Amino acid sequence: MSHHTDALVAAVESDGEVAQDGLTVSQHDDGYRLETPETRHDGLSEDELTEALADHDDYVTNWYFWTTVVGESSPQRRAYLRWVEGADDLSVSERYEALRDGVHREWGQLLVTVSVDDHGERSYDLRHVDDAGTDAEELDPYHEPLAARQLATYDEKGRYRPLKTGANLAGGWVFPELDARDLVEAVGTFYPASVPNWYREQNGSLDVEHWEDTIGRQTGMYSVIDTWNRGDGHEHVDWVAEACCDDSQCVKRREWQYNDETDLDVDGGDGAFPCREPCSLVIAASRKWTRLEGEETKTYEFELTPSEKQQVEDIIEAVADDRIDDIREADVYEGANRYRTRFLRAKLFDDDGNLCGVPTDDE
Amino acid sequence: MQALVIVAHGSHLNPDSSTPTYDHADTIREVGAFDEVRTGFWKEEPSIREVLRTVEADEVYVVPLFISEGYFTEQVIPRELHLDGWDVADWDSDGLSASHVTLTATDVPDKTVHYCGPVGTHEAMTDVIVRRAETVTGDPNVGSGFGLAVVGHGTERNENSAKAIEYHADRIRDMDRFDEVQALYMDEEPEVDDVTDYFESDDVVVVPLFVADGFHTQEDIPEDMGLTDDYRDGYEIPTVVDGHRIWYAGAVGTEGLMADVVLERAADAGADVGDALEVVRERTRTTELAGEQ
Ligand code: SF4
Repeated sequence: MSHHTDALVAAVESDGEVAQDGLTVSQHDDGYRLETPETRHDGLSEDELTEALADHDDYVTNWYFWTTVVGESSPQRRAYLRWVEGADDLSVSERYEALRDGVHREWGQLLVTVSVDDHGERSYDLRHVDDAGTDAEELDPYHEPLAARQLATYDEKGRYRPLKTGANLAGGWVFPELDARDLVEAVGTFYPASVPNWYREQNGSLDVEHWEDTIGRQTGMYSVIDTWNRGDGHEHVDWVAEACCDDSQCVKRREWQYNDETDLDVDGGDGAFPCREPCSLVIAASRKWTRLEGEETKTYEFELTPSEKQQVEDIIEAVADDRIDDIREADVYEGANRYRTRFLRAKLFDDDGNLCGVPTDDE
Repeated sequence: MQALVIVAHGSHLNPDSSTPTYDHADTIREVGAFDEVRTGFWKEEPSIREVLRTVEADEVYVVPLFISEGYFTEQVIPRELHLDGWDVADWDSDGLSASHVTLTATDVPDKTVHYCGPVGTHEAMTDVIVRRAETVTGDPNVGSGFGLAVVGHGTERNENSAKAIEYHADRIRDMDRFDEVQALYMDEEPEVDDVTDYFESDDVVVVPLFVADGFHTQEDIPEDMGLTDDYRDGYEIPTVVDGHRIWYAGAVGTEGLMADVVLERAADAGADVGDALEVVRERTRTTELAGEQ
């Protein structure tokens, strides 16, 4: 008899009844009753109950996992783990069948795979979504959830990632065998507070704080951003969201809007978990934009060939999409190619770096 | 269940800014004094705004890894933590004496939040400065024949910043351990640029009272003191400047013993830390005590 069954029988004895995901075992005057969506047994002795449970191994280990391993101490951890294996959508039989092959869930750029072994023990594999098809042996293995801190610090090219949810998480690693608690720890280390905020959203209690309120509470060097909000327009915040919050840049789904009544014109994205207020990176960048956008426009006159105008646009596109490193050195057909760009500079800049020799400010 | 939350500044540009915070959190996690140890940042994640919701425990001790009382500890952190009914007057502080207040936070109303004063003004911080001097000289008994300079920002941005520097310099002077002790500042007299003018000792340990290494401690101060013309070229420890050997320690916040101050803050606020204080004090020592070799 497995320790799972032992524990279940002991729980029925002490509580009179246990129930989990379709399984109910209860104590009555005429003996024990065991019910699943598929079967029902009445008037069982303890030995008969144990025997009957042996035929319902999946229900027993499932009960044990949710009651004893996961428990109720953290509702958000429990809800997340249930979501990972689709526990609220699939019956135990369907679920266990799927779990034997491994159930996958994406969370930002993370891929969680939960599987169950012959003893009904769950194990979680955590890796980058881009490494979905890679053999675990080919990836660097980690076991401590806090190792995620280091993995989340630099992107593929070794550059510091100031935003944990930036869409530039590097791959090449795997946590091949996490238990339930460590899985949620690791996920929370890659994407801090993503699980609590997702959980609040599931419950309809996500405390979204829109742009206007978030900017309104800023003090010190960031209080200036408030002056950027003038009149009714929110075009400037649309640009901020398009620049920073787009799915190509950040894996959170932006739920904050201009204010309670006014949505931004830009889509919040399809991220698995929400963003509840403008982050510190958006605030810091907006401070700079507030200053820059305080300037009046001026009319400059430049003479460019049509191809040069096109090239300036290509360069802006390449920088904005972080494509610079993908443009091959000899690919002179790309406007943002280095030689093409150097040629443009050689031709159009004067000694002070002014485009077409036109000074930025009046002399 | 009790949790410790260390809140710090962090950086969008410098990956090393949060390293001491993580290191001290790890040290405390290892001694097992708290059911959970979490970190939150102004510029990194989880943000201070969202750190409390990552905590499972219902008793939460929040310790700011900041050097002095001021804008961050009085305005930014309480606001970002959603502290309900926060009033700086509750700290009843003279700029150095903030210990803790007990409040709730509106986004996690079931938790009790003990909001502590910054590490930098705790008396235990004095020992960290001394420990830093031991670490940088490799001498657990460093003192005799040595001068010690404690360096901070001046009063320009925050008058409490200078108070904390003075406070620790005075306490170290009272120990009668170093031949000379001097508080120096980056933006006012006595200036760190003129460090050698303020000491007669041949050997001077210079300890900046900063939480993390960054622009000030890695670029400004070494260049200002003449350890190097260009910080990118690095410098020796010690470096001879005007006939004095300058033992430049870098940010005091990187010293392992800082974890002890974090624990002290939480313990002062009522956390049950058992024997963690003693354990941390010993574990974070990197020089061997005389007689124990
Ligand atoms: S504000 Fe935008 S960039 Fe920042 S975390 Fe939210 S969605 Fe991402």
